[in-house]
Amino acid sequence: MEEAIIQPAAFDLIVVGTGLLESVIAAAASSSGKTVLHLDPNPFYGGHFSSLPLHDLTSFLASQSQFQPSDPRCPSSPQPEGSDHTSVHLATRPLYSALNVTSYSAEPLESRKFNLDLTGPRVFFCADSAVDLMLKSGTSRYMEFKNVDASFVFDKNSGGLASVPDSRSAIFKDTSLSYREKNQLMSVFKLVQGHFEAAGSADSDGGGRRISREDLERPFAEFLNRMQLPQKIKSIILYAIAMADYDQDDLEACKDALKTEDGLDRLALYHSSVGRFPTALGALLYPLYGQGELPQAFCRRAAVKGCLYVLRMPVLAILADKDTGSYKGVKLASGQELFSHRLVLDPSFKVPLPLANSPPASLQDSSHVVGLRDVQGKVARGICITKSSLKPNVSNCLVICPPRSLYPEQVMAIRVLQIGTNLAVCPSGMFVFYLSALCEDAVEGKQLLETAISSLFSVPTSGSPEDTSAGQSENTEALKPMLLWGALYIQELTMLFQKMYPDEEFFPNTASSDQIEDDSGLDHET
Amino acid sequence: MHGRPRKAPTPEEQRGLAEKAAKLRPLQSQFLQNHHSKIYTKEALEISAKLLEANPEHYTAWNYRKLAVEHNLGRPEAAAGSDFIDSVFAEELRVAESALKRNYKSYGAWHHRKWVLSKGHSSTDRELRLLNLYQRQDTRNFHTWNYRRFITALKSIPAEQELQFTTDMINENFSNYSAWHNRSVLLSHLLEEKAQGYFPKEKILAEEYEFVRNALFTDPDDQSGWFYHLWLVDQTVKVDAPMLVSSWPPHDYDFSNPKDCTLDDGGFFSYTAFKYNTGKFPLVLYFSEAVEGINASTVTLEAEYDIDTNLTWTPLSTYNSVSAQAWVTHLNIPDKKINFPKAFPVKVSLGHSQGIISSSGIPYSHRSCITVYIPLHDSQKAEGQKLERILWTDENFCNLETPCQKTNPLNSVLQLRIKEEIDPTALKWNVETIANEIAHCRELLSWSTCKIGKLTLARLLMAHGAMMVFNSPDSLSMVHFAEVLELYRSLIELDPTHSQYYKDEYSLVFLKKVILLSVNYSCGVGWGEAPLVASSIESMLGYCHQYRDSTPLSTSGCLCLRLSNLSLSRIGSVEKFLWLQMLDLSHNQLRSIEGLEAMQLLSFLNLSNNKIGSFTALDPLRLLKSLEVLDISYNEIGSHTVDTRRYLCTSPLSHTVGSDWNFEEFRICNDSVTNYWEAFSLFRDLNLTELDIVGNAVADDKFKSFLHKLLPGLKWLDSEVLL
Repeated sequence: MEEAIIQPAAFDLIVVGTGLLESVIAAAASSSGKTVLHLDPNPFYGGHFSSLPLHDLTSFLASQSQFQPSDPRCPSSPQPEGSDHTSVHLATRPLYSALNVTSYSAEPLESRKFNLDLTGPRVFFCADSAVDLMLKSGTSRYMEFKNVDASFVFDKNSGGLASVPDSRSAIFKDTSLSYREKNQLMSVFKLVQGHFEAAGSADSDGGGRRISREDLERPFAEFLNRMQLPQKIKSIILYAIAMADYDQDDLEACKDALKTEDGLDRLALYHSSVGRFPTALGALLYPLYGQGELPQAFCRRAAVKGCLYVLRMPVLAILADKDTGSYKGVKLASGQELFSHRLVLDPSFKVPLPLANSPPASLQDSSHVVGLRDVQGKVARGICITKSSLKPNVSNCLVICPPRSLYPEQVMAIRVLQIGTNLAVCPSGMFVFYLSALCEDAVEGKQLLETAISSLFSVPTSGSPEDTSAGQSENTEALKPMLLWGALYIQELTMLFQKMYPDEEFFPNTASSDQIEDDSGLDHET
Repeated sequence: MHGRPRKAPTPEEQRGLAEKAAKLRPLQSQFLQNHHSKIYTKEALEISAKLLEANPEHYTAWNYRKLAVEHNLGRPEAAAGSDFIDSVFAEELRVAESALKRNYKSYGAWHHRKWVLSKGHSSTDRELRLLNLYQRQDTRNFHTWNYRRFITALKSIPAEQELQFTTDMINENFSNYSAWHNRSVLLSHLLEEKAQGYFPKEKILAEEYEFVRNALFTDPDDQSGWFYHLWLVDQTVKVDAPMLVSSWPPHDYDFSNPKDCTLDDGGFFSYTAFKYNTGKFPLVLYFSEAVEGINASTVTLEAEYDIDTNLTWTPLSTYNSVSAQAWVTHLNIPDKKINFPKAFPVKVSLGHSQGIISSSGIPYSHRSCITVYIPLHDSQKAEGQKLERILWTDENFCNLETPCQKTNPLNSVLQLRIKEEIDPTALKWNVETIANEIAHCRELLSWSTCKIGKLTLARLLMAHGAMMVFNSPDSLSMVHFAEVLELYRSLIELDPTHSQYYKDEYSLVFLKKVILLSVNYSCGVGWGEAPLVASSIESMLGYCHQYRDSTPLSTSGCLCLRLSNLSLSRIGSVEKFLWLQMLDLSHNQLRSIEGLEAMQLLSFLNLSNNKIGSFTALDPLRLLKSLEVLDISYNEIGSHTVDTRRYLCTSPLSHTVGSDWNFEEFRICNDSVTNYWEAFSLFRDLNLTELDIVGNAVADDKFKSFLHKLLPGLKWLDSEVLL
């Protein structure tokens, strides 16, 4: 196999993997004038953040669900004599597990007409710092976003979907709330607005509108209880606006009790999102052609600034200094050795630590290698395809199933994003649904999503599609969208949290100077 | 566009403005030169266009362009083809549009656009597109809404379609006064025409109440919805046609009947009789709203005696308006003959012709007829002369005897009710609707303190009460006076900026309460059910006193309404006080005495210790020809240097009246006379015998000697006897 030799052989930074975070780092570093090499073993951009045709998605998920054997081309022997460094082999780990794909469709789906998202942030708040980052970095020029038209909550009493009155005009228009409930919900919104206005004013207590420090530390659910809000309103605020994951009323089971301060921040984010862009009336955005466009846009930005791109190029090993054990460079599958001051690895790599002969933790403390480290936790994901919408006349929407709305033991909120044809991710007349929920393990995760699917969709029971379409059209189940295709899988949660170039401006030549950690917002799961 | 505080311009901005002005100046002078020499060439028009693009508020330039258009249309090219005409108008639209781009609230530019469109040479479709663009940029801009109404009328776009547009705009953001307003305008038309789907009115209004309630509950502090709600309430309670609500003399009040003249010597109106010695008797009609067209043909009088039926009616209005709520005429009283009763009846009929019209253009349509009794002139009775000063101290007044033994003397005056044919079920829907709104308002206020909610509740309660009492006077217990007064009290504290308004409303409600309780009291309704009606102290009887005087002839026994020390800031319920001759309003907070002009019998008036700020505020007194004694001591006349009302009132400077005034004869010293023309205008037609003016900044010696000259009949000025 003839492999091209990469020139030059030394860079300021080598980034492995073209996922969203790696691409942001590559773009930021290139913009700061660093020389950057960006590698990806896959033949496409985006890694775990790409949007893929149907078949490619399933095969990628399947391939990443198992440990890969060590590359036979990689010699495990030590470096030749005279070399001043040793090579440390990189192992990969599977990010996905428990993959389960079912097709209910009689005729095969046209694989190429789909752009299905693997993972990643799926919707953005219009006022999210990630959107600011895209505007600031200029990547927004390479993308187009559309509004998510509406939000709904699953109402356990009716078994139907109730719209989320998330703004003043939505409350005004809502037909399901009582007058009292309208007043209560709007009072919360105004309280939050008053709090932030007062916080922004010079007056220390902001005319009494500012919420006390003590109250801000308390759980948000308690704060809402004290406002004597009915459960329905509380649930809308906690799970459909503040986007809480865990059941906030059950503090024992809740791993992440939302503090009042954070709850208020999330409400403020939501509200500053509504109407931020004149063309987007709602709070949420989704990129045209799927979220795989995001890493590509950053890569394009990086390339414009001089970053060198090599796809289909796996990295086999890290080169470390023989004496100090500190990072030197990487060894590619082509056999070429490349050197850089710093290295960023995508989250599927496992760095064997500590490195042989090295002082403990030298690789990390010197911050030459930034690994995208683990965060404890998993997320259960599901993708469904149907030919009809959850709500008539709504193309794109977000549906929240608050904790315990589906079954009594449900401790997590489940989010379902429906994307219609106008976002060019599926053939005309079809709808794609992305389901997600945090979970402890695969069993819990699957239970969450399976219940959600059976509550929202009509799932053909037998393998024979002719039977189902005939048999179910008579009862009420026919009102629910009929499932054509479904996939469930469990993903490991990963998160980046380190500053690389603390002294450099993040995307210079613009007014404000955020630090790289600003993009942590990108990791928030939808 | 909204809610941006104004800031003082920074030095850079000031410099920028100065530069802009410097650039405009040569353009301006060139433009004016063209304008004066009537030059309408292409180049000249270009200059005006440039000027307008820089300064869209330049009215002269807009007018110049209108003249230019008219001039150019008269040229031979215009006759040749419509292309030329179209291009002329197209150019005007272009200039207006670029001016609007600079300031889309420019009155001149919008007006010019309207003018061009009204010529009928331009496409209205384009205007609608432009409107949609502007209305998206600023959804509340009333100029665009105004223009929208103009264009939709021009295009004959159905009101239903425009109504849907307001619905859409309100759904987007309900805090939009313009949209709510347009909705009320459109709906008024649709309801009036009984358009398909907009009948019956009750059904539509009920839907609108629900629609706006969403806004009121979602954000009670946003006032735009409340304004629409106010319009709906108005549609619900408003009686379209004007009505006659009271008169002097009261309907069926017989001076000769001892039942009606209950005080020993008939002295209730004794002083009145004294006043008739002039041989003229005032007849006052008081309507539910200001009307015009009261004259000898619209109001006919029939009597046994030969009375002059060709009477002149005068509107009792301080603004020299042709319309007024109260109208007066003066009947000649025939001499009393031996064998005649004390009074003779006169039948007054209205509504037989269409001449009486309310200010909103609705004709007086009830055919109504009242009978008033005119007392005869007793030539035997000596011409009385008031010999002593009126003293407003408590010792000179005594309470009326409790009406347990006698019939209440106020009975017939207060019970006065002009017969109207009213279908008792007619107001059922209205009463129920208002009751429903009251319930919703109370619910809202049960958990939020909302100023405008409280104000609305107070208004609703009063409207409800008025309808209940109108339907049946016995339902007085339904009027929640205490609650309404409490609402206004709390509003005065909650909203100090508007406290004056709330105080005024409080005063009006308070007076209504006093009167309604009196009616009830005198009717004896609930007499046995004590809790229903308060004691006589709370009713008007508690405020009624008899004046006693050592001289039996004149003022003694005169009934005085003493509404002092009540924090009143406004006078109301005047229709119930038409009979008053003596009124004590001292120690209140009156700034205005509007309404007092209807009390044509008023002879003695105490306004001391109030907040009257100027003589112009006393303007209603000019119409009280029988006023003799006036106490305006300890007010604030002359304390306020700026009197904004000054320009509303008659003055030597106004073209209609005052030009014939001869100041010179009242000249005190060289400079002073013109400073006093408000006082001159007020006092020159009055025949006061007593005036107290001490305690006002204006009342210096110079002014007093001016008054002395102006009022030759004055016997006492500030308790000093004048010789």
